[in-house]
Amino acid sequence: MDAMTATVSGAARGAREHGRAGVVIRVNGPLVEVEGVDGIAMLELVALGPARVTAATVAIAGERATLQAYEYTGGLQVGDRAEATGRQLSGLFGPGLLGQVFDGLMRPLSSAPIWLTADRAPAIEDAETVARAWRFAPTAAIGTTVSPGDVLGVVPDAGSVEHRVLVPSDASGVLTWIAPEGERCVVDVVARIGDREVRLGEPWPVRVPRPFRNRPAGSVPLHTGQRVLDLLYPVARGAAAAVPGGFGTGKTVLLQQIAKWSDADVIVYVGCGERGNEMADVLDGLSQLVDARTGGRLIDRTVIIANTSNMPMMAREASIYSGVSVAEFYRDMGYDVVVIADSTSRWAEALREFANRNGDLPAEDGYPADLASELAAFYERAGRVTTLGGAEASVTVIGAVSPPGGDLTEPVTTDTQRFIRALWLLDRDLAYSRHYPAVSWTGSFARDVVDLGSWHVANGDPGWPVRRARATALLAEADRLSALAEIVGPSSLPGHERMVLLGGRLLRDGVLMQNALSANDGFCSAAKGAALLDMVLTVVDACERLIESGVAATTIEQADHGLVLRAREETGPDDADAVRERSLEALRLLEELR
Amino acid sequence: MTATNPLPAAASIPAAPGRPSHPETDPRLEAQVSYGDVRELRGPLLVLGDVDGVGWDEFATVETPDGARHGLVLEVDRDRVTVQVLESTDGLAPGEVRVRFAGRPLEIVVGPGWLGRVCNGRGEPLDGGPPVTGTTTMPVSGWPLNPVHREPPHEPVLTGISVIDALTTLVRGQKLPIFSVPGMPHLTLATQIAAQATSKGAGFRVVFAAMGMTHADIAYVRDRLEERSAAGELVLLLNAADDPVIERILTPRIALTIAEELAYVEGHDVLVIMSDMTSYAEAVREVSAARREIPARRGYPGYLYSDLASLYERCGRIRGRPGSVTILPVLTMPAGDITHPVPDLTGYITEGQIVLSPEVDARGVYPPVDVLSSLSRLMRSGAGPDRTREDHLDVAAQVMASLARARQAAELAELVGSAALSETDRSYLAYQGVVEHRLFDQGADELRSLDDTLGRAWAALAELPERELTMLPTTFLDRFLSARTETP
Ligand SMILES: Nc1ncnc2c1ncn2[C@@H]1O[C@H](COP(=O)(O)OP(=O)(O)OP(=O)(O)O)[C@@H](O)[C@H]1O
Ligand SMILES: [Mg+2]
Repeated sequence: MDAMTATVSGAARGAREHGRAGVVIRVNGPLVEVEGVDGIAMLELVALGPARVTAATVAIAGERATLQAYEYTGGLQVGDRAEATGRQLSGLFGPGLLGQVFDGLMRPLSSAPIWLTADRAPAIEDAETVARAWRFAPTAAIGTTVSPGDVLGVVPDAGSVEHRVLVPSDASGVLTWIAPEGERCVVDVVARIGDREVRLGEPWPVRVPRPFRNRPAGSVPLHTGQRVLDLLYPVARGAAAAVPGGFGTGKTVLLQQIAKWSDADVIVYVGCGERGNEMADVLDGLSQLVDARTGGRLIDRTVIIANTSNMPMMAREASIYSGVSVAEFYRDMGYDVVVIADSTSRWAEALREFANRNGDLPAEDGYPADLASELAAFYERAGRVTTLGGAEASVTVIGAVSPPGGDLTEPVTTDTQRFIRALWLLDRDLAYSRHYPAVSWTGSFARDVVDLGSWHVANGDPGWPVRRARATALLAEADRLSALAEIVGPSSLPGHERMVLLGGRLLRDGVLMQNALSANDGFCSAAKGAALLDMVLTVVDACERLIESGVAATTIEQADHGLVLRAREETGPDDADAVRERSLEALRLLEELR
Repeated sequence: MTATNPLPAAASIPAAPGRPSHPETDPRLEAQVSYGDVRELRGPLLVLGDVDGVGWDEFATVETPDGARHGLVLEVDRDRVTVQVLESTDGLAPGEVRVRFAGRPLEIVVGPGWLGRVCNGRGEPLDGGPPVTGTTTMPVSGWPLNPVHREPPHEPVLTGISVIDALTTLVRGQKLPIFSVPGMPHLTLATQIAAQATSKGAGFRVVFAAMGMTHADIAYVRDRLEERSAAGELVLLLNAADDPVIERILTPRIALTIAEELAYVEGHDVLVIMSDMTSYAEAVREVSAARREIPARRGYPGYLYSDLASLYERCGRIRGRPGSVTILPVLTMPAGDITHPVPDLTGYITEGQIVLSPEVDARGVYPPVDVLSSLSRLMRSGAGPDRTREDHLDVAAQVMASLARARQAAELAELVGSAALSETDRSYLAYQGVVEHRLFDQGADELRSLDDTLGRAWAALAELPERELTMLPTTFLDRFLSARTETP
């Protein structure tokens, strides 16, 4: 176990001997001051009091240090022992992450008791994790020269993607030994590169981004399965996106849908300061759903990090970094990963809470002055990269933002917008009228839309950019006219404008709305999405032609448009053909109005 | 304010090992030295000097010449300890006070002994009976429930109130607040729910925690819940408007600690009603202001979200155990503003909300629920086939969608006059009237079965042309729509 607890980065190196201890001199909730810990380093973890509460060092002044405790500090006294550990907050990165639930400090929750008390072992000492055996199969040959990111071997049965054991970023040289195929635990050495022992699981400090080679040019879309996103506000693999919205506007449902249906290899779902029932629901839902691409369960491609709102606040702060580190870990194996953080506002609140207790000078709304740079550091960990091993892989980051009072001018929302490529703004009015997903078409944006359009053109869907342009134009025009109709009454608008209003309704209700709970509609393939939108656009054209040939607008409005409106619900999730058949039928019925 | 009542015997009983992290052998638990070096008294805070061996968040007893008060440790800094005094520091003089520390956080006795009792906000009897006793104690702040051990809620709690049962079904293990404004009948509604709520499992229990309530309201609550109390199915904790403000921080925690035991150990379905959470939040703000903390919005501390969550998140179910804790907080929105921090943060934590509206009230509808702003997020798993009735979810969706449309029609009618409306729009106006007066409006003591409720919903939908009912599958239209069954 010794190597496991050793320093994993530059922090506190050279001051590594055990037993460096001082005493607690102040406790104010999660803020603890200690005195007399020799050679204490920034971010170094300290174990406090008899319960050995984990705390991280955030400020040092002479003999004293300020710590943020990751656990409830009840009962901690002045004079209690404060023991330096010589390491930063680290997760144990190896097989056994997929399909599992961890807390913000990367400790498995499945092996934890029903009630989460303060005295639990650190992530890298969890007994169950350490004891579990995995089948390791070597792929590299002894005597070859290896460099960081090269594959040493694989663990085939650790989730829905093949687990690859890589040469760590700090090791290179001749592979002097590799374990033969067989059972290994995460703490077991599986290879030796020069003198460097490589274990099946290696600790990694979660606040440190994992290295990669470079960021290649070009954009590839992430297909989310949610039409309004894929058709109007697409996100590229490796980009960052944010979902701001007041309470109940549908952030969590949207993010859960993406977790279930997006075409990534691995999903990391970080429940950061949100509801316990939601975490139970995600776990349950993913365990029951089948992954269409692998045939396994969706949970087996997912890592859940749950730090609910009633769990210790500072572990919430750490959970975000734990989540991105897990994502980078799988990215380095060559996979496309999506990290979902619900909600980044709760994380920012944890930053604020600690800064305030620490007496830092507050900036806007009490948030610390470095809020923007903290947000930037988080979103910048997104990226489509060439890994050290030479593979193309990505980490896409999608964060929910919960603005107080739905006020989009508050600091977390405004700062976040600067660092992301796609904004999916959820609108309270849409949500209240049960238009889900309540993604606003006036406030949302997708910065990579031109590049992603080109990708679609080059990859079998030449109509993509035009289709999108027509849809956004129709929505805007329908909004303008319905504002006008509220003043003059819809019946006094000319016929073709009334068709725009009708078209807007068909587009909103028949394409953009998507019922997360429906078996047919919850997920939508790219082909079906395109077919639905094409159907609405051709129907709108047909309606315009009817008006030109003298059919009364009322007749067209009052016709039964159920065929169009129910298509998304009544055709299979990938059944573009059925949509196209309906489209023909709808056009035929319209012709009958002549 | 000279509140000098002792905490219930419950709180002062030497605790059984309630906390797994503090073994009985911890010698600190025996420390019962008292300290008298009072350095500062400010608002609810008392700062002691020259203290040794006191832990953060410990429970303290403040001995004064006219009786004991109680407090919690907010900070320990070298030899100084800051204590938040629940009964306020009014009338305290530095030289006359001695403080003892319990060596552990505040714990109370738990168990069925609470049922049928009426107590104040600290759990002391108001009903003339003896203090509540029991064999187990638990810390009032509880521990976070491991999310992996949570059972997702999926059975309904029926309230017998049409608008709630039909459109915002309450689910066992859910937290669903009532957002109101002063002057609305939220207390009538809350007590009606407390009196009528049931679940399928045997043994429904209610814990009602009142915070900052007037004596008239308290009398009303006691009267409305008399029957359930007499049946031994109710615990009443009453903090009156003139009771110590800081005590309100404790009241919901005591209520939840009692509820958790009744649920997870005794196996009951427990409904915890907490009214008024705005009064609770004001107490939190008061402590924060006294500590000179940097406020976030409108003077409320930045940790209000987490503080409220530490209460609301105590709802739920545990895998493999019967029992559930369902939480129904009631709060009045200052100036009817839903973006005020208390309703806003509550909405961010709870699983939906029931919003009362003065406009609906003005139309003479009780309960005056604004259904379009109301939502039960867990309804989809707590209602429908095998839960309530197979048509329930579709009917609810249709009723809501049609109401949204009706509201648009009504707005249009105001601008252009109803004569200028299309026939379809006029049918929506008619529908709105029927829905409000036949389905939503109900007596304050009237208990309706779910079949009755859903029947009324179908009757209202019959006002609309059938082509408008796009959310209802034809099989349901055939079976339930009266217009169809009457005219073949
Ligand atoms: N795509 C959807 N399909 C059907 N219902 C939806 C959809 N999106 C949202 N809803 C409804 O809206 C409710 C609230 O959504 P959600 O929990 O995602 O809100 P939220 O924005 O995460 O709120 P909070 O900030 O409080 O967590 C859901 O419980 C569900 O009833
Ligand atoms: Mg949410």
